[in-house]
This record gives sequence, C-alpha cells and structure tokens, in this order.
Amino acid sequence: MKQGTAIGRVRGLGSARSGTHHWWLGRLTSVSTLLLFVWLLVSLLRLPRLDHEMVTEWLASPLAAVPMVLLIVSTFWHTKLGMQVIIEDYVHDEGMKLFTLTLLNFFVIGLGALAFFSVLKIAFGGDASPS
Amino acid sequence: MHRNPARPMSPHLTVWKWGPHMLVSILHRVTGGALSTVGVLAFVWWLAAAATGEEAYKTFTDHADNWYGVLVGVGLSWAFFMKTLAGIRHLVMDIGAGYEISANKFWATMTVSGSALLTALLWFYILVVRA
Repeated sequence: MKQGTAIGRVRGLGSARSGTHHWWLGRLTSVSTLLLFVWLLVSLLRLPRLDHEMVTEWLASPLAAVPMVLLIVSTFWHTKLGMQVIIEDYVHDEGMKLFTLTLLNFFVIGLGALAFFSVLKIAFGGDASPS
Repeated sequence: MHRNPARPMSPHLTVWKWGPHMLVSILHRVTGGALSTVGVLAFVWWLAAAATGEEAYKTFTDHADNWYGVLVGVGLSWAFFMKTLAGIRHLVMDIGAGYEISANKFWATMTVSGSALLTALLWFYILVVRA
C-alpha cells in the first residue's frame, strides 16, 4: 500500500459525483412517503369498517391498489436508506457492517416483495365469478 | 461548586445541557428505527393477512383489537407522527431556514407536542368517536 495521507491518495482523482445521491434519494422518498401515507390514513379513516371484506374490496380498486404499491416501494426504499445510515453510524467493524447491511437489504426487499405481492393478489385475485 | 449557568457548557455528551433540538434529533432516529422494524412488520402482517384470507385477517385483528395491540398501535402512530413532523422540520432546515435559536427551539418543541396531540386525536377518534 502506498504511503502518504488519506487526502494525498485521493487528490487529483476527481469527485465520484455521487456524494449527495443517498441523501437526495432519502429526501425524495421522504416526500413521496409523506404524501402516500396521508392518502392511506385518510382512506382508512374514511372506510366505515376495517374488516376483511371491506379492506379487500377497497384494495381491489385500481385507485387504491396503485397508490398502495407506490407507497410500499417508497416506504421500503426510504426505510432501507434510513436504516443504512443508522447502521453505518453505529456498526464500526467492517465485517459486521457488511453482514448487517446485507441483512437489511434482505429484510427490506423480502418484506417489501411480500407486501407488494399481497396487494397484487387482492387486486387481481378478486372472486371467481365469470366476467 | 460555583458555576454560572448562563455560560456555555463544554460540548461533551455527559455534561451537555439538553435542548429540544437534541431531543428531536434522537427521537427522529429512534422512531425511524421503530417504524423500520415493528412498523414494517405490522404493516406487512396486515397486508399479507388480508391477501391470505378471512381467517388470517381475523387472527391479525384479534391481536390488534386486544389491549397490547392497541398499545403497539398507539406507540407506532406516535412514532409515525413524531418521525413525520421531525422529517418535515428537516425538509425546512434543508432549504436553510429555521436555524435561529428561538425559531429552532420553538419548532423542535412543536414537533414533540404536535406528535402527542395528533396521536391523542387519532385514538380519541378510533376509541371514542368510532367505537
């Protein structure tokens, strides 16, 4: 490994041009998550009941299913970005950090897929009555 | 010990004079962590149960309607409002506003009391008005 200071090793290489990318995605998904959760909260409070029949009937409508899948993508992405910062702040051991970040990605993508598929199943599944 | 409390304190974790901005800072992170774990799991459980069928959904609502379910619900909704208001405060600060000490203190305090108020209003509506 070359000797010298950290700044000396990177000087002249130019910027990676991605310094604010994570931060910007965090802001972007924060705004979309905020808007979509206001929609979800208002929608749920407007439903007369929250039983299975009512909730699935509501989620089967395109105007509920589409915002819901957008909400899932936005929220889980925001969750991943935020938890990554927390992990990077507190887990200092490189191996442990790699392991925890891998776990985080599996957790967010796995549960996000489950939530996403659930909405699609409700939206497309419907009843078996002939059209 | 003779100490003038008006003098600025040394910036060290154990002797720092706590201010509302510090409380909001750590609450933002703690509520973010709680929503990313407990919140995500509850949300996915709700959706997956709705997609699975009436029986699975009933298992979810039986737990949610129980006293501990309400307790988790109150906690998650408070975390949600706290994180949301602190997040909006961050978006305002991202454009460079709200750094004056008095304004910063005021809005930091408002996010904490606002989250408590919104949580109280939501559960008053759920448990008293709707029930």
